[in-house]
Amino acid sequence: MSAKGELPGWVDVGLIPLLNLFVALLISGVVVLIIGENPLEAMWIMLKGAVGSIKGWGYLLYYATNFIFTGLAVAVAFHAGLFNIGGEGQAYIAGLGATIAGLSLEFLPWPIVIPIAVLASALFGAFWGFVPGYLQARRGSHIVITTIMFNFIASSLMVYLINYWFRPVGNMAVESREISGAYIMSFREMARVFFDYRMPSTPLNPTFFFALFIAWAVWYLLWRTKLGYEIRAVGANTDAAVYAGIRPQRIIMITMAISGGIAGLLAVNEVLGAQHRLVLEYVQGAGFVGIAVALMGRSHPVGIVLAALLFGLLYQGGTELSFAKPEINRDMIVVIQGLVILFMGALEQTFRPWLSALFFKVED
Amino acid sequence: MTDARTPAIELIGIDKRFGAVHANKDVNLTIGRGSIHGIIGENGAGKSTLMSILFGFYSADKGEIRVKGETVKIRSSSDAIAHGIGMVHQHFMLVDTFTVLENVVLGAEGGSLIGPALAKARESLKHLAEEYEMDVDPDAIVGELPVGLQQRVEILKALFKGAETLILDEPTGVLTPDEADHLFRILGQLRDQGKTVILITHKLREIMAITDRVTVMRRGEVVANFETAKTNVGELAEAMVGRRVLLHVEKRPSQPGEVVLDVRHVTWKDRKGIARVDDVSFTVRKGEIVGIAGVSGNGQSELLDVISGITRPTSGEVFFEGKNIGMMGDPQYLRREGLAHVPEDRQHRGLITSFDAAESAILGWHFEESLGKGFRLDRDAVVQRCTREMADFDVRPGNPLLKSAKFSGGNQQKIILAREIERDPDLLIVGQPTRGVDIGAIEFIHKRLIALRDEGKAILLVSVELDEIRSLSDRIIVMFAGKVMGEREPGTNERELGLLMAGVTAKDAA
Repeated sequence: MSAKGELPGWVDVGLIPLLNLFVALLISGVVVLIIGENPLEAMWIMLKGAVGSIKGWGYLLYYATNFIFTGLAVAVAFHAGLFNIGGEGQAYIAGLGATIAGLSLEFLPWPIVIPIAVLASALFGAFWGFVPGYLQARRGSHIVITTIMFNFIASSLMVYLINYWFRPVGNMAVESREISGAYIMSFREMARVFFDYRMPSTPLNPTFFFALFIAWAVWYLLWRTKLGYEIRAVGANTDAAVYAGIRPQRIIMITMAISGGIAGLLAVNEVLGAQHRLVLEYVQGAGFVGIAVALMGRSHPVGIVLAALLFGLLYQGGTELSFAKPEINRDMIVVIQGLVILFMGALEQTFRPWLSALFFKVED
Repeated sequence: MTDARTPAIELIGIDKRFGAVHANKDVNLTIGRGSIHGIIGENGAGKSTLMSILFGFYSADKGEIRVKGETVKIRSSSDAIAHGIGMVHQHFMLVDTFTVLENVVLGAEGGSLIGPALAKARESLKHLAEEYEMDVDPDAIVGELPVGLQQRVEILKALFKGAETLILDEPTGVLTPDEADHLFRILGQLRDQGKTVILITHKLREIMAITDRVTVMRRGEVVANFETAKTNVGELAEAMVGRRVLLHVEKRPSQPGEVVLDVRHVTWKDRKGIARVDDVSFTVRKGEIVGIAGVSGNGQSELLDVISGITRPTSGEVFFEGKNIGMMGDPQYLRREGLAHVPEDRQHRGLITSFDAAESAILGWHFEESLGKGFRLDRDAVVQRCTREMADFDVRPGNPLLKSAKFSGGNQQKIILAREIERDPDLLIVGQPTRGVDIGAIEFIHKRLIALRDEGKAILLVSVELDEIRSLSDRIIVMFAGKVMGEREPGTNERELGLLMAGVTAKDAA
C-alpha cells in the first residue's frame, strides 16, 4: 500500500499527462468548432500530416530535436531548483557562436569546423545562462526575472548584430551569408549525394541523434556523477546540501552554464543543420516550448524525449492543418499549441487532487 | 449565563498528531479570566501546537474548546478573533512597509474604502494607547520601529480587533531586558483591565515575575499546574525537564587521551548583531563524550555549525587536531580530516527525503574516491555501501532503494549515524541523536556511541534530553543564551542542571 497522498508512478508519469493532453485537445476541438470546422477532421489532418508520410515524420523529428535541447536545458536547471525561462535567449545567442565559428574557420575541413562550431554554440549559450546564474548566486537577483530580461537583451542584440555585422551588403533578408564551412547535411542531402536517392524534402539532420546522445548525457550527469548529485542535492534541499559542504552558489552558476549550453545546442540543429545561415528570430519560441516539454517530461530525459516528440507532432500537424484548412490559419494553430502548453505546463496539477481523491476512494 | 467565575478559555481533551509525532496528548487546560497564565516547557513540548489549535491554525484531532463556558469551533484565525482571542506571534505578522495604523487595520478594513476605517482606528488607537500606556506613533513605518515597539503594534492590533484573551508566544526572545520589563508592565495592566493573557515561554524567570498560574508541558502532555506564588524555580525546572526513567547505559569510566577539539572564545553573531554563541571555550579529548546540555535555542545549534565548518565564527578559534579550522568554512575538508557530524535536524539537513536511502547515505561523503573515481559516482558502490551500513546498523526495512522519507525517524537516524560512524572519524559531533526516535533505537544508538568512545574516539554530544546527556556524557557543559553556564560531572543532580539550563546560577537560586 502506498502512503496517503502519493500516487503510484504510472499515474504520475502516464495518466496525468495523458489526461491533461486529452483536455487540451478537447478544448482545442471546441475552438475549432466555434470557427465552423469539424474538430475530428482537423485532428485527423494533423495526425496524418505529422505521421502519415516520410516528410511528416522528418519534420516531426526535426522539431522534436529543438524541443529535446530546450527541454533538457530547463530540466537540468530545474533539478537545481532553478527555473530557467531563458532558453529562448540562450539558444538565440548560441547561433552567434555557431555562425562566428562557421564563417571564420571556413578554410578548415568540415570534420574540424563542425565540432568547433558545435562547441561554440554551447559556449555562447552557456555564457548567456551563466550570467543570470551569477546574478542569482552572488547578487540575489531572481533567476526568473533575469532570464526573461536576457531574452529581450538577446533579441535586440541579435537584430543589431545580424543587421549590421552579418548581413551581406545589398542583401534584403535579415540574415547572414551561407555558412558553408560548418554545413551539416540533412538526411535528404546525404541520400542524394551518397546514394543518389531522392527523399522527400525535410530538414531532418543528424543533430537528432546528437540530441538523443545529449539526453543520455544529461541522465548520466545528473544520476551518475558527483556534480549531478550536488546539483540534485541543492535543488532538493539546500540546507542539507550546505551541511554536506556543497556550495549552492557555485552549483547555481555551474548549473545555469550547463543549462544555457544545452539550450545553445539548438543552434546546431537550426543554424548549422537546417538554415545554414544566421536568420533573424530563428529560435521561434522553441525555448519556451522547452518549459512545457520539461514539465510534461517530469524533468527526466526519457520523458523529455517523449514529450518533445509529442510537441514535434503538434507543430508539424499544425502546419499541415493550416495548409489544408485555410480557415484554421497559422494563428489558430498557435492557439491550439498554446492550449496544450497551458494544460501540460501551467495547469499541470489541475487534475491531481481530483484524481488522487478518486484513486484512494477506489483503493479503500 | 456567564458569570465572572467562568474561565476565559477551557481546552478539554485536545489531541493532535503530525504523522508519527504525537504533539498534544489529551491536553486539558483551564485559563481563568483576568489572569496571566504561563505555559512553560522545552521546545517540542507541544506549547506552540496547543496555542496554534486555540488560534485556529491547526485543528485538533480530538477535543473541545470552550470560550467563556461555551463550546466553540475554531477553524481559522478569523474564528478565533471573532471569539475574542488574539495572538502575538514569535515572528511578527506585520507588513514592514505599512504604517502602524495600516497594520492595525489589516484584516479589519470593513468596506472597500480604507479612509473611514483608518479614521476610526486612529481614534481607538489613541484610546488604547492612553488606557494601556502603549505610546506608538500611528503614522510611523513599522519596519523602521525597534522590535519592542513592533511587538506593541502586534498587541494593539489584537486589542483593536477586540481581543479579550491575548496569547503571546515567546514574546521576550527578541527583546532587550528593558523592553521585556516594559512588556511585563503592559501585560500587568491588561490583566488589571480584565483581559486574559496566555504567556508561552521556556524562561523560568519570566514565569515567576509575571504570571498568576503556570502550566508545565512536557512531550505533548500537561505534567503540572501551579499557582505561581506557591511554587519556585527549582520545582518548575524539575517539572519541565522531568524525572524520566533513566535509560541506563552500561559504560566504563572514560580514559581520556589527548585533546582533539579545542574551542577557544568562539562568538557567533547573527545578522542583527545578536551573539547567539557568546565567548564559548571548551575541549574534547580522545575517548570521552562531552555533552552540551541546554534548552534548545540557546546557541547549541549555532555552535555545532561553527565547529563543523558550516558557518564561520565572528571571532574566536577552533582547533581540530592542532589545526586552526575556525575560519575555513569547509565541511568537506573537515570530513576528510576525520570530523563527522550528525546534524540536529535530521529531516532538513541529515538526509534528503526525496532521495533514496542509498543517496542519502552518502550525503556529505559523496566526494570519496571509493564511491567512484574522479567525477563519476558509481551507483553500484553507493548502493553496496548503503546495504552494508543498513545491515550493520539494523535499519528496517533494509532496502537502499527506498525513498529516505519512507523510513521511520529511528531508522532515518540510524542511516545517518551509520554514514558518519562508518567513516571512522576522530571526532564525532552529534546533535539530538534520539529526538523523535523510538525506545529500541535509542538504546541501540546509545550503545554505538559508547562503543565509539571506547575505541578512543572523541564525541561531542548536544541534546535537549537531560537524561541522555547525563547517561552518556563524561563531562557536561551547560549552555544558556549562547554562553557556557558551567561544567559539571555527569553525577550532578537534575535540579542543579535544570536551573543552569534555565539561566539560574547557584547564586541566583539561593
